[in-house]
Amino acid sequence: MTVLEQPGSYRLSPPPAWRPRVDPAPLLPDAEPYRLLGTDADLEKAPGRDVLLRLHRELVRGRRYNEQATALTRQGRLAVYPSSTGQEACEVAAALALKEQDWLFPSYRDTLAAVARGLDPVEVLTLLRGDWHHGWDPKAARVAPLSTPLATQLPHAVGLAHAARIKGDDVVALALVGDGGTSEGDFHEALNFAAVWNAPVVFLVQNNGFAISVPLAKQTAAPSLAHKAVGYGMPGRLVDGNDAVAVHSVLGEAVERARQGGGPTLVEAVTYRMEAHTNADDSTRYRTDGEVDAWRDHDPVRLLERELRERGVLDDATAEDVAEGAEEMAAGIRERMNADPELRPMDLFAEVYAEKTAQLREQAAQLRAELDAEAEGNA
Amino acid sequence: MAQALNRAMRDAMAEDPDVHVMGEDVGTLGGVFRVTDGLTREFGEERCTDTPLAEAGILGTAVGMAMYGLRPVVEMQFDAFAYPSFEQLASHVAKMRNRTRGRLPMPITIRVPYGGGIGGVEHHSDSSEAYYMATPGLQVVTPATVADAYGLLRAAIASDDPVVFMEPKRLYWGKAEWDPEAPEQVPGVGEAVVRRSGTSATLITYGPSVPVCMEAAEAAREDGWDLEVVDLRSLVPFDEKTVVESVRRTGRAVVVHESQGFAGPGGEIAARVGERCFHYLEAPVLRVAGFDVPYPPPMLEKHHLPGVDRVLDAVARLQWESDWVEGGQ
Ligand SMILES: Cc1ncc(C[n+]2csc(CCOP(=O)(O)OP(=O)(O)O)c2C)c(N)n1
Repeated sequence: MTVLEQPGSYRLSPPPAWRPRVDPAPLLPDAEPYRLLGTDADLEKAPGRDVLLRLHRELVRGRRYNEQATALTRQGRLAVYPSSTGQEACEVAAALALKEQDWLFPSYRDTLAAVARGLDPVEVLTLLRGDWHHGWDPKAARVAPLSTPLATQLPHAVGLAHAARIKGDDVVALALVGDGGTSEGDFHEALNFAAVWNAPVVFLVQNNGFAISVPLAKQTAAPSLAHKAVGYGMPGRLVDGNDAVAVHSVLGEAVERARQGGGPTLVEAVTYRMEAHTNADDSTRYRTDGEVDAWRDHDPVRLLERELRERGVLDDATAEDVAEGAEEMAAGIRERMNADPELRPMDLFAEVYAEKTAQLREQAAQLRAELDAEAEGNA
Repeated sequence: MAQALNRAMRDAMAEDPDVHVMGEDVGTLGGVFRVTDGLTREFGEERCTDTPLAEAGILGTAVGMAMYGLRPVVEMQFDAFAYPSFEQLASHVAKMRNRTRGRLPMPITIRVPYGGGIGGVEHHSDSSEAYYMATPGLQVVTPATVADAYGLLRAAIASDDPVVFMEPKRLYWGKAEWDPEAPEQVPGVGEAVVRRSGTSATLITYGPSVPVCMEAAEAAREDGWDLEVVDLRSLVPFDEKTVVESVRRTGRAVVVHESQGFAGPGGEIAARVGERCFHYLEAPVLRVAGFDVPYPPPMLEKHHLPGVDRVLDAVARLQWESDWVEGGQ
């Protein structure tokens, strides 16, 4: 019988050589987000006391950073700030899951991941302050620029990881994207390339429920965003994004798997954005206070702090020390951000090309003349 | 202007059930600029739809909807976020009528808030009109006044061809008087308008640069210049008649826009004026444009955007050029 005569019973047995043999079962995510806090897992054994305390320290610093940056928007010191309050566990775990030589590819909201990776907190705010597009040296920090066009950084992460493997380097790339960003074509293409090339890359979706005003149900009809992995032939993992230890553990495993040549993983961390999309957004138009309050009870900073205290890992003295450290960081940011940045209009023409075109030289001369005339007028 | 655009969509939707609005955040939120505010409440989610976050998908599905007889009005959230949809735009939206010998017209309106001057961080201030203008098959229009915002958007939605509707976002919140109950219509897509008549030179401009040119024209009176200001309104089709008549009358022209100068919209306009007005010109056609650099961060944008002073400098050079030409004779 031909295939056409047997609708629904199309089988190729044995499968032809060109078809990859993938058993979907191990790729499927769990039905419920993975949790470690509030379970009887032996956290002091894995991830260990030091990691727990580092996670806690970075979480507290991260929360303080979000508060400070938000305050700076109110003072007009930042053009805009997309707060990640509520999502700190994902941000911090992403940074701490990587080794020194690995690369991080953040989205525009992921300032905190960059800070937790050790970048200068003020350099991280450059884009949002508005004096230049980007602060740090990506190659030195191994942190790509914050990407504003959504999902466009994901193929970059795949390409970089692929290149590192070609060169025989032990480098993993971790790319961050929001739930909304998973609808973009670039998300699909990046995951597909990563799986086909078996690239050492990990994708972390921070599912915070909304893409500006659009809820997840209008974004996807998939059972979970982690389920999308299966279609590409990579494992999908679902994790409680407010459980810093669980996110750290799941990302750690995925990064290690990539490092060992096991290929890419898609991780969905379920979390919530406590603030509006940015300080310019009015979130009362699309969600209720009740919903936000319900998530307040599942706050990532408090969840970890409470548990570490209960387990005797965190004492008052350490907590105080951590809080002081965060306060110092905030004071440092305030101080440096309160000074007007040195503006250099002539930088408009710097680094557009390796070598200025004749037209750019002409335009630079025009601006120079305008600035000189202005200075003379002021003198 | 935001209110006029909103009203234009409401009226078009009320008159024609085939008009559908779609895009990111256009429903519950009413768009990040609130231009689609209330449309979902009034017409339901099927007529004003929050789409998944995917510009290629938004425009691609609009193509299919148009194939089936709907008139989609698509919102691209910001200029630079429309780029993922370029494949659909260049390969299908712009070419479908031509490929199918007129059997599949594409009555799609693509609303693109564009340009700078609002202190936006990167990717929020591009002037992308030159890309659209360089794609045959697309109409490209941009209002500069509240009345035109209403009239032009109605005309765009009514057009049987695809229209890229560029919204100058820094004019969204202008304070101009406007009566939403008696909105003016415009003649349709493709007609420029003389915003201010004058005799000594023509400023050819559009969108966000129109108010700049009007102000420059006022300021230039002090120096004895009587400037005419032509607001193109429509970049494609290009209203050669209004422009040529004006320049032939005044004998001098400056093209002013925010988009980059090199290979920018002004190059085409200046060339056209040169071809059609050569014997009437007393000076070369000059261009005042944004620099040929990626749009700068907010704190530097004032140095990038062509303002009144740069326009006046160019006008002064028109005189100099003509002296120079005469001196050489
Ligand atoms: C290609 C592209 N389209 C549209 C936007 C405008 N935009 C900025 S953030 C955002 C929502 C993003 O939602 P999500 O991916 O869930 O990330 P979150 O903001 O929740 O962190 C939109 C639509 C953009 N930045 N890039």
